[in-house]
Amino acid sequence: MSSATFRIWRGNADGGAFEDYTTEVSEGMVVLDAVHQIQAEKANDLAVRWNCKAGKCGSCSAEVNGNPKLMCMTRLNSLPLDQPVTIEPMQTFPLIRDLVTDVSWNYEVKKRIKQFAPRAPDAPDGSWRVEQYDVERVQEFRKCIECFLCQDVCHVLRDHRLHDKFIGPRYFVYTAALEMQVLDTADRVNDLANEHGVGYCNITKCCTKVCPEEITITDNAIIPLKERVVDEMYDPLTKMLRMFRG
Amino acid sequence: MTYESFEYDVLVIGAGGAGLRAAIEASSAGVSVGLVCKSLLGKAHTVMAEGGMAAALGNVDDRDDWKVHFADTMRGGQYLNSWRMAELHAQEAPARARELEAWGAVFDRTKDGKILQRNFGGHKYPRLAHVGDRTGLEMIRTLQDHGIHQGINVHMECTIIELLKNGDRVVGAFGYDREKGRFRLFTARAVVLASGGIGRAFKVTSNSWEYTGDGHALAYRAGAELMDMEFVQFHPTGMVWPPSVRGILVTEGVRGEGGVLRNSDGKRFMFEDIPDAYKSSTADDEEEGWKYTQGDKNSRRPPELLTRDHVARCIVREIKEGRGSPHGGVFLDIAWIKERLPNGAEHIKKKLPSMYHQFKQLAGIDITQEPMEVGPTTHYVMGGIRVDADTQMSTVRGLFAAGECAAGLHGANRLGGNSLSDLLVFGQRAGQYAAAFAKEQTTAAINSDEVEAAARHALEPFEREGSDAEGPYQVQFDLQDMMQAQVGIVRSEGEIQKAVDGFPGLHQRANRVGVQGNREYNAGWHTALDLRNLLMVAEAVARSAILRKESRGAHFREDHLEKDPEQGKLNTVIRQGTGGEMDVVQETLAPIRDDLQQIIEDNK
Repeated sequence: MSSATFRIWRGNADGGAFEDYTTEVSEGMVVLDAVHQIQAEKANDLAVRWNCKAGKCGSCSAEVNGNPKLMCMTRLNSLPLDQPVTIEPMQTFPLIRDLVTDVSWNYEVKKRIKQFAPRAPDAPDGSWRVEQYDVERVQEFRKCIECFLCQDVCHVLRDHRLHDKFIGPRYFVYTAALEMQVLDTADRVNDLANEHGVGYCNITKCCTKVCPEEITITDNAIIPLKERVVDEMYDPLTKMLRMFRG
Repeated sequence: MTYESFEYDVLVIGAGGAGLRAAIEASSAGVSVGLVCKSLLGKAHTVMAEGGMAAALGNVDDRDDWKVHFADTMRGGQYLNSWRMAELHAQEAPARARELEAWGAVFDRTKDGKILQRNFGGHKYPRLAHVGDRTGLEMIRTLQDHGIHQGINVHMECTIIELLKNGDRVVGAFGYDREKGRFRLFTARAVVLASGGIGRAFKVTSNSWEYTGDGHALAYRAGAELMDMEFVQFHPTGMVWPPSVRGILVTEGVRGEGGVLRNSDGKRFMFEDIPDAYKSSTADDEEEGWKYTQGDKNSRRPPELLTRDHVARCIVREIKEGRGSPHGGVFLDIAWIKERLPNGAEHIKKKLPSMYHQFKQLAGIDITQEPMEVGPTTHYVMGGIRVDADTQMSTVRGLFAAGECAAGLHGANRLGGNSLSDLLVFGQRAGQYAAAFAKEQTTAAINSDEVEAAARHALEPFEREGSDAEGPYQVQFDLQDMMQAQVGIVRSEGEIQKAVDGFPGLHQRANRVGVQGNREYNAGWHTALDLRNLLMVAEAVARSAILRKESRGAHFREDHLEKDPEQGKLNTVIRQGTGGEMDVVQETLAPIRDDLQQIIEDNK
């Protein structure tokens, strides 16, 4: 057994400070284990959000040594333990307390995106016939566990605070999953351009780098959506046709 | 005191698969619906389900139909199941699966473009609709994304601490929000409990902090009956190393895709002990078992795919007799299929992506190259709130239950894949009948004394702050240790009695715990409040386990090794006595309908 020090943010919207906690660490431990140990031994009221502890629910997002991470999937042996490990809440969302932030904005954003609208079923029992090849493209996006780390790191939200005009990487992935679903009939391109601010993304790929599910957010979701917007709204031929049709 | 108040026709408590499905159904029946979840929306335990959802679609093997699924479920449950629930479940699961697709779920496909189905323990034919090994995520996200457009009012991070009654009827609920610790008062014409399981009563579990038996305990305190609480499923394959991940689930899908269990001698020990009921449907040798996992319809399943209770006990035997792996488990090997499949490593990553990810990140093990170490983990409770099979109403008027917190469907042991289908089939039914019930009722008055008492009780731990009061965590740890040691996979009268004798002391300690800090997002306070529920359900498990003097399904008694045909006709029923004591009795099962008995015989 050895010990390590964790520098954890304590406080609420009114203010706070880092506090150091030293605790025993053992082989295989992850950051969330250390936080739980501190909570049980030294700080019963330490606020931390978590559920599955297996990288599947996306609840325990935080910034570990400045990097957006799931605490349950960050092993201590991947961090230098000869100096304090800094753990602080996500910066893009309002702080509730300690490591917990108010992520309700994300849930509101999702409601504004047109929901799935399938074509008529292919078979009398109400089912469809779809190729595996066609589902795989969408399945990548549907791996998303809604940890909101991509939203946390996106500078349009984090630095420019454009929460009113820009839905963020998570919801471009969500939109892409709907737009590329072969059964879907709804059209979200106009919303993407005018309401959801896809144009604000300047493809720095920060979101892709932090995604714990390794979804290629920028290349596979956002860029194709930008292309759809350009094709449908700014393509000269389409534009002309639209003028004729009124 | 005044509280933030809400009024709904139907209040659903719990927002996993069953709660979401119930809320969607109630809402589409035209009533107002409130949905309370202990965590954020979409994070409930359903998200952890990996293998798939059992439904006799017959897409991969057209010999499958609801009758075979019914017979499999009854055999798996050792005939203690509610046969009516098993019938409804098998009949309605296909429609519930197709409906998910209509709401946007993206299942893996067969070559002709239908929903693909995979093999699983105890299911005669490939029956589990799935998405790789993250089916639960697909399901909860689909329900969530559909549900948010249905006008359901969602209360995230809100915990219910008491149900409220008017006469013999449940008319509301009282709870607090995590963020500020403010109390919330809900008035409702019908309440649906969909609160999941009790895994946190044990030390090694695949369940998260939420699974403290809240629904079970709320219903019990409101006067409802619980049933068959001795049946706790220990999933055979949880991670055992490193220590911090002990208990995290390793999907049965690994074995469905050809993974095998070996002991430290390298031997496939599952071939050594095959129960009589499954002899005719189990492979004779390794070759036949392999062919089965690769879809050969003339082969029978490998013994690794026997029911979970049996596989778990065989693993315990190997470990006890000194043939375990270095960290106290056995080996689960999927890497070996590379000998049979030219692109084996890629195949594993494609079929089991989240398992690959989980072991790589948490244990530093590449499952395409080396075996995993696995051992049993507390996974699921078959027992729960006693409900009417058709309507899901409990024995208290206006109180419904669906999903893991309800009893009946799974009997003495649940088959893998039957949980996700359970959530949808009975979530839908609970929502439908709760809405119908609500329409017939008027809003009843809430007894404010009852509410005040609940509020005072909830705040007591703060009053003990600073004194020499014990914190809540140690009490929880001691309960978990006790249940793990004395009411675990292998049970005996003497051991269970020790646990039963331990409860009064734990109750006393729980009533005296103190918490630090204030009411804002205070995990210590939440743990202190959950303790009462956890102790109640743990005691129900122990007292039921002592009464069933036989070994059946997940309940294994080393002092009563055999099945007792007489006990096989009895359900264990728990209710709160008039003096507050826990009454445990055995009641005779309703005789099965002749046509259903015939289906069982035809499928033997």
